[in-house]
Amino acid sequence: MTANDFLQIGIFLVVLLLLIKPLGSYMTHVFADQPNRITRLGGGVERLIYRICGVDAGEDMGWKRYAIAMLLFNVCGMVLVYAFQRMQQWLPLNPQHFPALSPDLSINTAISFVTNTNWQAYSGESSMSYLTQMAALAVQNFVSAATGIAVLIAVVRGFARKTAKGIGNFWVDLTRSTLYVLMPISFVLALLLVSQGVIQNLKPYVDVPVVQTTTYANPVTDAAGNPVKDAAGNAVTKPAQLTTETLPMGPAASQVAIKMLGTNGGGFFGANSAHPYENPTPFSNFLEMLAIFLIPAALCITFGEMVGDRRQGLAILATMLVIFVPLTIGVTAAEQAGNPILHSLPIDQHASALQSGGNMEGKETRFGIAASSLFAAVTTAASCGAVNNMHDSLTPLGGLVPMWLMQLGEVIFGGVGSGLYGMLAFAVVAVFIAGLMVGRTPEYLGKKIEAYEMKMASLAVLIPCALVVICTAIAVMTPAATATVGNPGAHGFSEILYAVTSATNNNGSAFGGLSANIPFWNVMLGVCMFWARFMLAIAMLAMAGSIAAKKHVPASAGTLPTHTPLFVTLLASVVIIVGALTFLPALALGPIAEYLMSAH
Amino acid sequence: MARLIRNAVTMLLVLTVITGLVYPLVATGVAQVLFPHQANGSLIMHGDKPVGSELIGQSFDDPKYFWGRPSATSPQPYNGTASNGSNQGPTNPALHDAAKQRIDALRTADPGNNAPVPADLVTASGSGLDPEISPAAAQYQIARVARVRKLGVEQVQQLVAQYTQGRQLGLLGEPRVNVLQLNLALDQLSAK
Repeated sequence: MTANDFLQIGIFLVVLLLLIKPLGSYMTHVFADQPNRITRLGGGVERLIYRICGVDAGEDMGWKRYAIAMLLFNVCGMVLVYAFQRMQQWLPLNPQHFPALSPDLSINTAISFVTNTNWQAYSGESSMSYLTQMAALAVQNFVSAATGIAVLIAVVRGFARKTAKGIGNFWVDLTRSTLYVLMPISFVLALLLVSQGVIQNLKPYVDVPVVQTTTYANPVTDAAGNPVKDAAGNAVTKPAQLTTETLPMGPAASQVAIKMLGTNGGGFFGANSAHPYENPTPFSNFLEMLAIFLIPAALCITFGEMVGDRRQGLAILATMLVIFVPLTIGVTAAEQAGNPILHSLPIDQHASALQSGGNMEGKETRFGIAASSLFAAVTTAASCGAVNNMHDSLTPLGGLVPMWLMQLGEVIFGGVGSGLYGMLAFAVVAVFIAGLMVGRTPEYLGKKIEAYEMKMASLAVLIPCALVVICTAIAVMTPAATATVGNPGAHGFSEILYAVTSATNNNGSAFGGLSANIPFWNVMLGVCMFWARFMLAIAMLAMAGSIAAKKHVPASAGTLPTHTPLFVTLLASVVIIVGALTFLPALALGPIAEYLMSAH
Repeated sequence: MARLIRNAVTMLLVLTVITGLVYPLVATGVAQVLFPHQANGSLIMHGDKPVGSELIGQSFDDPKYFWGRPSATSPQPYNGTASNGSNQGPTNPALHDAAKQRIDALRTADPGNNAPVPADLVTASGSGLDPEISPAAAQYQIARVARVRKLGVEQVQQLVAQYTQGRQLGLLGEPRVNVLQLNLALDQLSAK
């Protein structure tokens, strides 16, 4: 690793840590029960929304009602996103005249965006109309993130309240997340991105004549549009001249801003944040990475303030950093070392003042190794899934890191809201284990952790693990699925494992060599995304309901303090041990096998 | 329950209007006023005709031009409507073979240059549209371009320096050279 690699990671963390205190405190006020300056400022718009929607903002919902409201809203969202995709050919703002998408792809995309996963089996610039991008996909970027924040806030209320029946009002939490947090930051971020060169217009694509006419091998297709193959099974091509280039257009910046901020990650273009119109400069890249971690990290502060002890939030934040930083250094070192199979060729992979060197396959020149590796770690630690380099082309160990970061359950920052409520499930497990060691009833944040809470926390921890392992096994036994891998050997298995991991943990990034737009993948990954997202959320809401009803137990000499380095170590160990025990065998068949083979 | 359903549907519609129409349209309006050049694709204009974009690369394989990053888009390289990387895994033999072919092509175009080739010049970019190469990749090609165009090496060197950007704010990203702008400037220089 070079000094610059360390420097770029360092600057990122310093700026992030400077920003989260003010934002975290701001969010504490946004979700406070009592009216305050901030909620009074937007009160007019807020009350108007409640009036139109017939919402009684004063209603304090029990956990079941909260969960039902959340589910109903999200299912309606799926129907709407599905409808937009199937009807876009008849709707306005479709200058490229894209047809409707297939039913299985539309279902997959609908679930994917509603669950904050943003797995994409399509390529934006060649399939989605501007209206579908704006009014279906970007809307879910907002409200799926707002759903995550709402559920988290409800869970935190469960810990903060004493002998309470309710955990808040879903409609209020949803509206406030969108109106006070996501919209204003997105708007500013969108304009900053445009200043760097991210496009924001409603124009049709622009054709320009190329400077040098080149020839390329164009595949021949038959009358039905299928590729013609010769006797040996190779695609038949004929030389064609390339005289014009088509520049895609569209309202990208507004969508890219919320795609990062809401840890959604669905690219406006196929190449996502590697595309120069989606991420044109190192500074835009820095902003995008910052936006991914901003809210998940700031929510740790909000959590601490809401439960009345800032140190509780800082301990969670420290746990996330303790796991994140070494893994980031790992992926950067692996990528900077370059690709061993190119060592036999006269290629210069060394870092110098004139080049970043390293494994540049799938990476953009402006980002080089440092900004690409950091992005890969950030986007998979958080459940964002935007990519600024092609993860499929990462070195074996470089690719292992993003995959494992997702397999840890998306709790190292994780999704907006969902990352922290996932981590709170791990915290409950951690105090339980500590309680077993000393033989006392475990407590967390002044609440007794009993059988019911442990069941819910275990569900939240184990559901994603089980789904990933079982569905990967199903996929590798299904010929239709194994036929879609894009690389030979162990790496082909990694592509499958990565896909199921990404969908189940609501990340959405991919080892893109996998041709995922077939009914098998569209349906199975859709099921993974849906169950993992909502079963987890409901389990956590159930725990919140139970905990809210409990009375506060004052800390005694036997209480394990949960703001100390000891607890940070304990919590990080639980996260790592669960992740390692569950996934080490699978990882050994994929990236580790590939690494051992490439080392020769 | 009926009330919750009504809440859910109307809430979704209201938030769709706010975040799906008002927000992107206001953002478009403000962006078009504040940053019209960037918002419309950072187009390079000759007169009133666009000849390319500062941000989207083009395909070059003539020895008189600087070549950019290999592009894995299909069917043609630098296909603006199908951005993508190769997605070849690190141990895929096809990755090795593609790099070897690219080295051969570079060496055929520049016989006698046996220096090791900078990594970014033989590996496909992530987007397939990367507009830039590393300064090392530009240095590697300067002698060839100067010879074919019958220009002085120093003249070309100077032009490369002019289109080289350092790390942004001195810290972020990597130094790089914009290939399309450099080649357009070369054509102008040769035309003089």
